[in-house]
Amino acid sequence: MPRPAGLIGPEGLAGLRDPLVEPVRMNSTADVEPHIYQSTVTRPVAVDVSKVSLTFDTADGKVEALSNVDLQIGGGEFVSFIGPSGCGKTTLLRVIADLQQPSSGTVTVNGMSAEQARLGRNYGYVFQAPALFPWRSIEANLKLPLELMGFSPTEQKQRAARYLELVNLIGFERKFPWQLSGGMQQRVSIARALSFDPELLLMDEPFGALDEIVRDHLNEQLLQLWAKTRKTVLFVTHSIPEAVFLSTRIVVMSPRPGRITDVIDCNFPRDRTLEIRETPEFMAIAQRVRTGLRAGHSYDE
Amino acid sequence: MRTHPLVTRNAPVVTIVAVLIVVWYVGAVLMNLSLVRGGFEREESPYTTMELLEGTMSAERPLLPAPHQVVGAFIDGVFGYAPTAPRSLVYHSVVTLSATLLGFALGALLGIVLALAIVHSRVLERSLMPWIICSQMVPILALAPIFIVVLGAIGLQGLLPKSIISAYLSFFPVTIGMVKGFTSPDPMQMDLMRTWSATSRQVLSKLRWPWAVPYLFASLKVAITISLIGAIVAELPTGAEAGIGARLLAGSYYGQTIQIWSALVAAAVLASGLIAIVSYAERKVAQRMGARA
Repeated sequence: MPRPAGLIGPEGLAGLRDPLVEPVRMNSTADVEPHIYQSTVTRPVAVDVSKVSLTFDTADGKVEALSNVDLQIGGGEFVSFIGPSGCGKTTLLRVIADLQQPSSGTVTVNGMSAEQARLGRNYGYVFQAPALFPWRSIEANLKLPLELMGFSPTEQKQRAARYLELVNLIGFERKFPWQLSGGMQQRVSIARALSFDPELLLMDEPFGALDEIVRDHLNEQLLQLWAKTRKTVLFVTHSIPEAVFLSTRIVVMSPRPGRITDVIDCNFPRDRTLEIRETPEFMAIAQRVRTGLRAGHSYDE
Repeated sequence: MRTHPLVTRNAPVVTIVAVLIVVWYVGAVLMNLSLVRGGFEREESPYTTMELLEGTMSAERPLLPAPHQVVGAFIDGVFGYAPTAPRSLVYHSVVTLSATLLGFALGALLGIVLALAIVHSRVLERSLMPWIICSQMVPILALAPIFIVVLGAIGLQGLLPKSIISAYLSFFPVTIGMVKGFTSPDPMQMDLMRTWSATSRQVLSKLRWPWAVPYLFASLKVAITISLIGAIVAELPTGAEAGIGARLLAGSYYGQTIQIWSALVAAAVLASGLIAIVSYAERKVAQRMGARA
């Protein structure tokens, strides 16, 4: 489904909408006090997850990957999902992306069902690995979704150039993926996810395989990108500092069954820098995330 | 002592070839010895050991011709006659080569079509796969005469029946390779295509095909050699007048072992050339697809 020509570029979107914190509905089985936030809704709800459960049948019996998850995410938010392995954070993201179907419950994305949203190309997805197509040059990789969606060749070229610039990779158009470092490849995959200008960006531990320095750097770039494009970002991570640094809200999850145990507000200014990690406010939120993770984690296994 | 890089690179190959040639000469002497000795004794002429040895390497119909005899006959067959003459190896090679290439093209096409069908339908996979495997369990030497006779009965003669036997052999590695290739994309890349709601045709052309290319060339290399074997085998049962198979058959009828061996050399040269062409295409395609140099 081709999108209308003349879409506003990422820089053109800036300033159209205000960042805000959406209300959250929580319905968790954990013994953590639910947090209800005051609503100041000015943007429509981007993602609405309602009573979603998902059970896998495995050789060892049934595994409850998600149990009765309720979550609402407003437009323009940056929401991180954090929790130990097996807590269902990736599964939740995949359910929102319609890559997996829930056993029960409903998911609404931009007012549509998850499937309609996927068919309408409402989101870009960034995986743990860059998953670039090795036989395509960097530029051709960026053009791939645009080719599939029927953009004109000139539009493809313009967009590829624009989004390569956005992730600071001008000059690498003709290179092949193996000629780029892991961090650069992941930036290409982020540019690719943004290239068709979806409202929503779903990121599944995108920097998990990168070293600390590169990760910090990409975190800063991602924040700038988010500030510029005003996308709604759902971000799965293992790292507490990463979650606190990036997010407007942090969703803490815990395993067996996969569920939400805490939702923490995290409202540093949009133009935050890495230095805020030394501030007491940052530490306090990080501490609360850590406590939340511990509460949902049984160590006696 | 420093050796020239050319020497370093080629020394192993040259050594092996030299050893093989020595073994071959020794074998020729041993196998032809009684034959030559018998010849001398029949004529009741005295002979020296030297004459005996020479005899084993220059017999007209030796059990095992010496390498220089085979090479001589091969060179004579290639350059000694006009390319259209019935004694020219070039003529026979071209006849076999045309059947090989047509059969290879048909086989590769059929192999790819079958692989596509199998990848896109589980029902087809379950219904087709056993037959495909069965088809290769029947020895082609037994099947070839049946094919030739049946096709001849419906008026198909010459190139096409031979090509069909080539195709019958060569589709198999292509099907197996391409099924593997088409199903080899990274699950993450499959998921990506899904997030872009790509149609299955788009997934095929943008993801499955490029992934399958290395598998394609690997199976094409197998396919083109067995295509050649198929064409040669197909020339045997009809007693065809032309083709490498015909030369082999005629050679064995008349005990012309040197002719058999030179035809075998022609087949080997042909096979090497075909493989080299496929490898060249593979390299060129890999370069265009951004393979590491």
